[in-house]
Amino acid sequence: MVTTRLVQTVVAVVALAVISGVYLKAGGRLISGMPTRLRGVAAATVWVGPAVLIVAIVLVGPALSTLRLSLFDGDGDEFVGAENYTTAAGNDEILISLRNSVLWVVSLPVLSVAVGLAMAVLADRVRYESVVKSVLFLPVAISAVAAGVIWRFMLDYRPPGAPQTGTLNAIVTAIPGVTPVAWLVDRTTNNVALIGATLWTQAGFAMVILSAGLRSIPGELSEAARLDGASEWQLFRRIKLPLLAPTIVVVMTTMAVIALKAFDIVYVMTNGAYDTDVLATSMYKQLFSDRHQGRASAIATILMLAVTPIMVYNVRVYRREAVGR
Amino acid sequence: MATVSFADASRIYPDTDAPAVDSLDLDIADGEFLVLVGPSGCGKSTTLRMLAGLEPVDGGSVFIGERDVTNVPAKDRDIAMVFQSYALYPHMTVADNIGFHLRIKRVPKQERAKRVHEAASLLGLEDYLDRKPAKLSGGQRQRVAMGRAIVRQPLAFLMDEPLSNLDAKLRVQTRTQIAALQRRLGVTTVYVTHDQVEAMTMGDRVAVLDKGILQQCDTPRELFARPVNLFVAGFIGSPAMNLFPATVNEQGATFEDLTVPLTPSQRRELSADQVRIGVRPDGWEVGSGDGSASSLEATVEVVEELGTEAFVYAITERQTPVVTRAEGMTTIDKGDKISLVPKVESLHLFDETTGARLIA
Repeated sequence: MVTTRLVQTVVAVVALAVISGVYLKAGGRLISGMPTRLRGVAAATVWVGPAVLIVAIVLVGPALSTLRLSLFDGDGDEFVGAENYTTAAGNDEILISLRNSVLWVVSLPVLSVAVGLAMAVLADRVRYESVVKSVLFLPVAISAVAAGVIWRFMLDYRPPGAPQTGTLNAIVTAIPGVTPVAWLVDRTTNNVALIGATLWTQAGFAMVILSAGLRSIPGELSEAARLDGASEWQLFRRIKLPLLAPTIVVVMTTMAVIALKAFDIVYVMTNGAYDTDVLATSMYKQLFSDRHQGRASAIATILMLAVTPIMVYNVRVYRREAVGR
Repeated sequence: MATVSFADASRIYPDTDAPAVDSLDLDIADGEFLVLVGPSGCGKSTTLRMLAGLEPVDGGSVFIGERDVTNVPAKDRDIAMVFQSYALYPHMTVADNIGFHLRIKRVPKQERAKRVHEAASLLGLEDYLDRKPAKLSGGQRQRVAMGRAIVRQPLAFLMDEPLSNLDAKLRVQTRTQIAALQRRLGVTTVYVTHDQVEAMTMGDRVAVLDKGILQQCDTPRELFARPVNLFVAGFIGSPAMNLFPATVNEQGATFEDLTVPLTPSQRRELSADQVRIGVRPDGWEVGSGDGSASSLEATVEVVEELGTEAFVYAITERQTPVVTRAEGMTTIDKGDKISLVPKVESLHLFDETTGARLIA
């Protein structure tokens, strides 16, 4: 059994290599055989074509079928028009998940830029800068599920009087007269706690990107500004921050997409209880608990529509930067 | 406007043994244009950065006017600097670049605009005030960097090779403009360059540095006519001074067939019996190889014809290269034998071991 699998794998790998080689050779010959004025189009078709085809099969196809399913009933049999969307608009659970997702999309980018920038600026002034940065970057390497488990322990709640095993409550109750907080149950804190845990896993990434951005600002600009009489704060505010703007946009849009896709942290820490559902967990529930393909697809479509403008903007910024270079 | 002084000032970079700037003593007068010149790594830029406050002073002190600025941060020194890369703020317009200091100092908007316009018109930048630096030519960027300095009316201008990113023609033009502008504004200026022609043409005085040590600080004429040591003699002047190793004997100092008499005081100063005879390319009388008693016989290898003058590169019997200046459209040609006799007034003698000039 294992050997047959092994043989199949090897054959597949070799076949793929051979097919690619043959394709490259044949493609090259095909293009060079073309009349000059057709060569541009031919080269584009031959070389980019396969990639476009694969993207179409695994991305565009499913997206279109999701769009189609969102217009059908729970089993995907009967066309129901916009009913799934109208139901969603009247469904409290889905509306709350929409509200939470908006909260995520607004706060995660802002917080990760603020925290990441602070870490980047401060770490640059430390002697063991690379060590400090590596430590701050470590949470990025931890899987979201593990991060969720860690933060559940951190935010653990025990009744007043009992020993507080959660780190945060242990700290809070050390202040006389303060009672422990059920962070993940209390509706005023639980969404913030989830966003905070995600921030912990992403701030290191933001720091690395922003730190690279700061480094790309020539040192002579800072020297010129200092000689122009600028204080360190004025130097940061008037010179470095404006020059960092494109990098900040990249971090913010990346974080906005991460916020919209948020699923694992929520799933592990609260599983959407006490009004903490986001669009992705809500979609998961519609699909696997309520077994309603239509509504799940409708939520997925909403998610996709929310992400699209951010991605378009990102690509535009990227193109402008590439042209500017 | 103010005087600038270095008093025994040193800078030693971490993890290095030799100081980048070694016990520098230098007084620059109010309104003077002083040029720091030397080969790369001689400490000229470090000196400038110590004055700017961008480089710490490890020993001694730096004064601007009467004020000891040794430990004053750059932003409080009230001096303006023009960087080699210009260091223009890329996200600001030309007007904002020039007016940045005034904005930091909270100068009212109207006065700010007025002063920016004054500076811009002085430099011919009025039409470009709304442009970003990326849309300017190299020469225009250089002028914006100048504008950023002059709008401030600072105690001193510091310039770190401000012309090295310009093409040759523009460099010569801008050189004159900067010198004229400085005379007009009368602001004390310290100017760093590795180009000795720039140094000689621009400076009221020129300070020659080598290996972190100040060799000589004098007017361009003095530097050319009386270099204090071998380094300065070889560095100043283009083409460089001919320097021949010579042995001291009864008659004087002898190199090949050339004998230069030594005065009694020169003999007293000698540390050994080896000297260097120095003759600038324009310090020769050129004959046509008659083999007279005290002359250098040489064979011409290359003639560099410049129109108004020509430089003749020849080689002596013992394969020592020698350069001489000739009139433009010279008849001397490759392969000719020439006889070189130094003019008495253009002879320089240096002690071989100490490198010091032997004064007649």
